[in-house]
Amino acid sequence: MRADPVLTFTDRGIYCPAGDFYIDPWRPVDRALITHGHSDHSRWGHQHYMATEAAAPVMHHRLGDVSIQTTPYGAKTQIGAASVSFHPAGHIPGSAQIRIDVGGEVWVVSGDYKPEPDGLCESFELVPCHAFISECTFGLPAFKWAPQSVVAEEINAWWSANAAEGRFSLLGAYSLGKAQRLMSLLDPSIGPILTHGAVEATNEVLRAQGYPLPATTRVTGDLDVKAHAGGIVIAPPSAFGTPWAKKFGRAATGFASGWMRLRGVRRRRAADRGFVLSDHADWPGLNDTIRATGCEKVFVTHGYTEIFNQWLLSEGYDSAIVATEYTGEGADTEDIAEVD
Amino acid sequence: MQAFADLFNALDQTTSTNAKVAALTDYFQTAADPDKLWCIALFSGRRPKRAVTTTRLREWAAERAGIPLWLFEETYPIVGDLSETIALILPDATRQTNRTLSDWMEEILRLTPADEDTRKEAVLDAWDCLNTTERFLFNKLLTGGFRVGVSQKLMTRALSRATDTEEAQMAHRLMGNWTPETTTFHDLIHAQDTEADQSRPYPFYLAYGLEDAPEALGSPADWQAEWKWDGIRGQLILRGGTHFLWSRGEELITDRFPEFARSVDFLPDGTVLDGEVLAWHGDKPLPFSELQKRIGRKTVPKKLLKDAPVVLRAYDLLEDAGEDMRDKPLAERRARLEALLANIPPEAAVIPSPVVPFDDWQTLTDIRETSRDAHAEGLMLKRLGSPYLAGRKKGDWWKWKVDPLTIDAVMIYAQSGHGRRANLFTDFTFAVWNNGELVPFTKAYSGLTDAEFRKITAWVRKNTLQRFGPVRQVTPEHVFEIGFEGIMESPRHKSGVALRFPRMLRWRHDKPIQEANTLDDLKALMP
Repeated sequence: MRADPVLTFTDRGIYCPAGDFYIDPWRPVDRALITHGHSDHSRWGHQHYMATEAAAPVMHHRLGDVSIQTTPYGAKTQIGAASVSFHPAGHIPGSAQIRIDVGGEVWVVSGDYKPEPDGLCESFELVPCHAFISECTFGLPAFKWAPQSVVAEEINAWWSANAAEGRFSLLGAYSLGKAQRLMSLLDPSIGPILTHGAVEATNEVLRAQGYPLPATTRVTGDLDVKAHAGGIVIAPPSAFGTPWAKKFGRAATGFASGWMRLRGVRRRRAADRGFVLSDHADWPGLNDTIRATGCEKVFVTHGYTEIFNQWLLSEGYDSAIVATEYTGEGADTEDIAEVD
Repeated sequence: MQAFADLFNALDQTTSTNAKVAALTDYFQTAADPDKLWCIALFSGRRPKRAVTTTRLREWAAERAGIPLWLFEETYPIVGDLSETIALILPDATRQTNRTLSDWMEEILRLTPADEDTRKEAVLDAWDCLNTTERFLFNKLLTGGFRVGVSQKLMTRALSRATDTEEAQMAHRLMGNWTPETTTFHDLIHAQDTEADQSRPYPFYLAYGLEDAPEALGSPADWQAEWKWDGIRGQLILRGGTHFLWSRGEELITDRFPEFARSVDFLPDGTVLDGEVLAWHGDKPLPFSELQKRIGRKTVPKKLLKDAPVVLRAYDLLEDAGEDMRDKPLAERRARLEALLANIPPEAAVIPSPVVPFDDWQTLTDIRETSRDAHAEGLMLKRLGSPYLAGRKKGDWWKWKVDPLTIDAVMIYAQSGHGRRANLFTDFTFAVWNNGELVPFTKAYSGLTDAEFRKITAWVRKNTLQRFGPVRQVTPEHVFEIGFEGIMESPRHKSGVALRFPRMLRWRHDKPIQEANTLDDLKALMP
C-alpha cells in the first residue's frame, strides 16, 4: 500500500498533507511556500510565507510587512513529516524550485524555470526526483531560444543603430526579472541606461542584495532629455504610448519575450522590434530537464498543458495535467512580461 | 537569399512607410538584376504556383524535426502560419549557401514538374542550409503564398527612386502580363518602348470611401455622380486588332469572358475603357453570386454563358484613338466616352454606365437611399475636372456606399486566425433563432478592435463546450451586430441564405441572446 501522495492539487493551490502547507497558492492560506516573487506565484493575503533569502527582499517590497521565513538555497527544513528545501530555478533573482521529501519519496515543484545560465540570477540546479511538477509555458516544438549572447548582440546592435540616429531606444520589460536581465546584457559604452520608476524601485532592492546591475538613471519629470540622447530606456510595456514616454520623442521601440519567436505575436505588439528572450525553458529545455530529473511521474502546469501532456504520454512518461491559476497561458495577457 | 531575407526583416520590423521605402530602394540599388526582377515580381503578386503540396511539406518537416505529425498539427494553429511553423521546428542549419533569390526561384520552378523523391531531397537540402527567416521565405515561395506588408505602390516608389524614373511611369511599366521568365530587369524597367506590349493596362485609379457628408466636397456643380456597381472592376483594351480584359488585381481575364470578343467589331482600335464587369440580364444586373460562378472558370460552359452573360458598364475612357487620355479632365473623357458608345449595339456587351443627375447634395443623398432598388451598392462621386490618377488617391474620386444591412446574431463557434492574428480567436460563426434553435447563417472575422479580439479570445478559452479540430463550439452568450451588403437565397447553406461581405459592426454587450434576431427577420431583408 502506498501512502498518501506527497502533494495534492486543491482549489487553493498545490498542497502537502504531510507538512500542511501550500506551494504558490492562489487563495489565502495559513502557510505558503513561495517559488519566486512574481505576482501570480507570490500572492497577497497568506498568514505565513516561506521563501529563499534572495527572494524575500522583493517580496517585502511588493507585499509589505508580511511574515516571511527565509532559507538559504539547499538547506533542509523539517515541516511536519516533510523535509523541504529550495533550489535555484534560474527564472529570476531569488527564484527557486521546491523539493519536498516525505519518507524518501521526493517531489519537486519547478515554479517557473530556465535552464540556461544568464549571469545574473542563481543558475538552475537539476534536482533528481520521483515526481516533477513542471511549468510548460513554452511547451511546443516551435519555441527554441538562441543562446543569450546572440540575443544580447542583437539588442546592442539595435540600440547602437538607434543611438547613431540620435534616437532613444525604448525597451519594454516587466519590472522584476526581465528588466534586470536586459540591463545586465547591455553594453554601457553605447550610451546611458535610463529606467522607469517601477523598474528602478526593483533595481534598488536587488542592488542592495548585491546583484551586479549596471549604473542606471531613473526617469523623473525634470530629466534633462538632451543630456541623455541616444540612451536606452527600460520600462514596463504599459508605459509605452503614455504621456510619460512622450519626452523621448520618436523613439525606437522594442520588446523582449519568448513570444517574440512568433511573427504573428511580434506584429501585434506595437513595437518596432521583438527580441526572442525568455526567462522560461524552451522546448528542448523542458524535455531535457524532465528527462534528467529521472522522475517517474510528471505533472504539467500553466502553458500548453494539453499538448505537452499528450507529447509526454507518447514519449512513455506517466504524465498528467494540473489545473492552476498561474497566468501565462496566452501571448496577450496584459502583463505578458511577468510570465515569460 | 541573405540579402532578400535582410530586406524582408527590415520591412517586417518597421511600420514606418519611409523606412520601408528606404529598405526597398537600398535593395534595388545593390542587388543583381535577376534578383531585382524577382523581387519586383514577388512584390507585385507574380508568385509562381505551388511547387509542393502542403501535406507533403508537413510530413517532411515533422520527420526532419523528429516529432510526430499530430504534434506538428497542434503547433501549426498556435504559430498561425504553415511556412513559419516549419521554419521554427526544424533543427538548426548545418551548412551555409550563397545562393541568391533568383537561384532559389529557379530551383523552385525546377521542382514543380519533378517527381516526389527529387522534390523531397531538394527541400530537405534547402532547409538544411538556410537560417530561420530564409527558411520561412523559401517555404512561402515554395507554397505560392508569399505576401508581405508592402503595397505595390511603395515598391513602385522605391524602384522609381532607385532608377530615377517618374513614379506613374514606373507603375505603368510594371503592369501587364510579364513574368521573370518572359522578360529581364533591363527590358522591363529601362526599355523605353512602352508600345512593345500591346496588352499593357493602365494602373487603375481607386477611390476612398466618403466619410463626411458630401457638402464638404463643395459645389455640386463640380461633381459627377454614378451608380456604384457590385461587380468586378475591369479594363478593356482594344489594340492591334484584338482585345484584352484586365481585372483590378492585374490578372488577364480575357478568356473567361468571351462576350467581349465582338467589341473589336464595334469599337475602334486604340480604345481603352475602364468599367465594371457585371452579370447582366435584360436591363439589370444579376446578383454577384451569378458573376462569381464565372470568375473562377477559365473556360466557360455554354449553359453558364447563357445563364450568366456579362457586360462591361463603362465609365471612363483612358485611351482614345491611341491617345493616352488620362491627363484630360473627367468631363472631357466622359463626353468622348459617350460619343464613342452612343450607338453601340447590345452584342458588343459594352454599355455606358449612366451619370446620375442631381442639382444639390440633398437630392443626391435621397437618391443614394434608393441604390438597392437600382441594383447598386451606392454612388461614386467624381470631380469633373479631375485627371485619371494611378492607384488609391484621396480628393477627386469617392465611393459613397449605402449603409449596410444589419442583424443581431449570437456567436456559436470560434476559430483562431492566421498571421498577425495567430493565437487569437478572430473567425466566428453566427446564428439567429429559428423555432427556439440557433441556426448558423454566416461567418465573420473583421470589424473588432485588437483589444476586443483579445477580450473575446480570453472568453473563448474559458467557455469552450467542444473542440472540432481548430474550431471551438462556445457557450451561446454574446450578441454581435452583423453588417452585410446583400443577402441571397442559397440552397447550399443550412439557413437557406448567403450574405455578401458580412462583418461585425458592434459587440452588443447590452443584448441578451434572447433578443438576437430570427431567421424570419433575416429573410425579410432579401430583395
